[in-house]
Amino acid sequence: MDLTIFGYQFMQNAVLSVLLGGIACGTVGVFVVLMHMPFIGVTMSHAAFAGAMLGLLAGFDPLLGAFGACFIAAAIIGPLADRGELGPDTSVGIIFSLMLGLAFLFMGLMPGTKSGALEILWGSILTNTRSDVILLGVVAAVVVGLVTAFYKEFQATVFHRDMALAVGIPATVVFYGILFLTGATVTASLRPIGGLLVFSLILNPAAAAYQLTYSMKRMFFLSAGFGILSGLIGLLMSYLFNIPSGATIVITSSAIFGIATVISPKRKVKRWQHQPPLEVRQ
Amino acid sequence: MIRAPAVKDGTVSKTMINIENAVVSYREDVALRGVSLKVRAGEFLGIVGPNGAGKTTLLTIVNGLGKLLSGQVTILGEHFDPNNGHSIRKKVGYVAQVQNIDPRMPMSVREVVMVGRYGLLGLLRRPASHDWEIVDEVLEMVGMTELARRPIGHLSGGEQQRVAIARCLAQEPQIFLLDEPTASLDWRAKTDILELVKLIHDSRNLTTLVVTHDLSALPLACDRVVLMKEGHIWGEGSPEETLTDDKLSELYDMPTAAVRARRAETTLA
Repeated sequence: MDLTIFGYQFMQNAVLSVLLGGIACGTVGVFVVLMHMPFIGVTMSHAAFAGAMLGLLAGFDPLLGAFGACFIAAAIIGPLADRGELGPDTSVGIIFSLMLGLAFLFMGLMPGTKSGALEILWGSILTNTRSDVILLGVVAAVVVGLVTAFYKEFQATVFHRDMALAVGIPATVVFYGILFLTGATVTASLRPIGGLLVFSLILNPAAAAYQLTYSMKRMFFLSAGFGILSGLIGLLMSYLFNIPSGATIVITSSAIFGIATVISPKRKVKRWQHQPPLEVRQ
Repeated sequence: MIRAPAVKDGTVSKTMINIENAVVSYREDVALRGVSLKVRAGEFLGIVGPNGAGKTTLLTIVNGLGKLLSGQVTILGEHFDPNNGHSIRKKVGYVAQVQNIDPRMPMSVREVVMVGRYGLLGLLRRPASHDWEIVDEVLEMVGMTELARRPIGHLSGGEQQRVAIARCLAQEPQIFLLDEPTASLDWRAKTDILELVKLIHDSRNLTTLVVTHDLSALPLACDRVVLMKEGHIWGEGSPEETLTDDKLSELYDMPTAAVRARRAETTLA
């Protein structure tokens, strides 16, 4: 295999992007999976896409538009999910379809070729610039830094929000923080992974990790690891077979999820329960 | 043994909870219609009433999660305002109604009990070995030591309830709130849990409020019973005064004979 390609800067940027994107997506994915809110995550990625389209149309940085749209979506979805007047699935579904509608509207209004728009939809990791990598690096560092510093607050909120509030943890702030971190991660992954595909990279590695461990800390590490692995294998496949990288990354992450589900010890709960507790075994 | 908050001689009758004319409303429904209640330090209070009477809401205004439309709540001498909710809540342990927990949740029983200490620890501080000692101690108290390392989702309803009580104790609260701690448990687990709650209340000098439908077990534990109906406090007094067939028949809108028959059934059960 000729790997001299990795000597080129565009390929180094690509590798750095999947490393950092894998870490950021894998980490926020744990929240998405444990809080049972995959739909909220999908909506965030579509909001980011709509914001980016607006940016392209109006002539400002699409990533700025994506950040703005994510934050607005989080600010609307949070209270809607909280109040439960319509049921979170209904209200999030409405925001989701609105975002999709806006994205297509902005795309339709765009004059000339839509290649910029399609690039954001499908992602194109090989045209990443150093500044894209830096943005992803900053987001990954913020995500990992916050989760490390406020691990116990995140853990309690993910376990049970009302219970976390009842013991004196500002769980509402933590929940909104999770939504914003998801939005920031989606935005930073928009160019390398693509608006349509980024969500699989958030959901699949975390869902795979969820199958394999009863420790939340381990789940964070496994999820980030699977995210990186999906990115690297996907990138290699993309290079070897000359196929779109976004697609190979997402298919790899799905395959990892499939394998994790098959070998999951959690499917053998019954047998596990028949074992004596740890203290007795030791 | 962890020291319970010291109750000095002469302060036993200190007012721990003072609710004045509290009104709480969820959208169009009024959950509490001007409720006033004083609870003294060390009291064990039972709250009884039909579904929708406002019992759970009464507990949530004591831990500050319920939003007052008007009125005032003073806990341990402090008024609730939008800024001090978190700090007051650290002193109030709350065991909510039995919750469904994801069976694959990646947390052990021990970790869930430790969550009770998170509020006390404050931001950016990690549990120290002293905190884990307290967690192991309260797990022993509720009889859950053997299951301490199990994933939380693998426990039965009664075991989950013991963990919730342990979590509350790990918080070292001064006020102990329990919302139907025996709902959906079998008869044996019901009596065990209520005995455990009483034991903890006595050994730690707590002020305890229990919402329950378990009328047969109440007289054993409670100093005072509050009867609630349609968002009002409809009556209060000793268990002997309040839990009579006549009062219950009025409270639950049932003929006295039917109340008597059902109570006989549940005592036999």
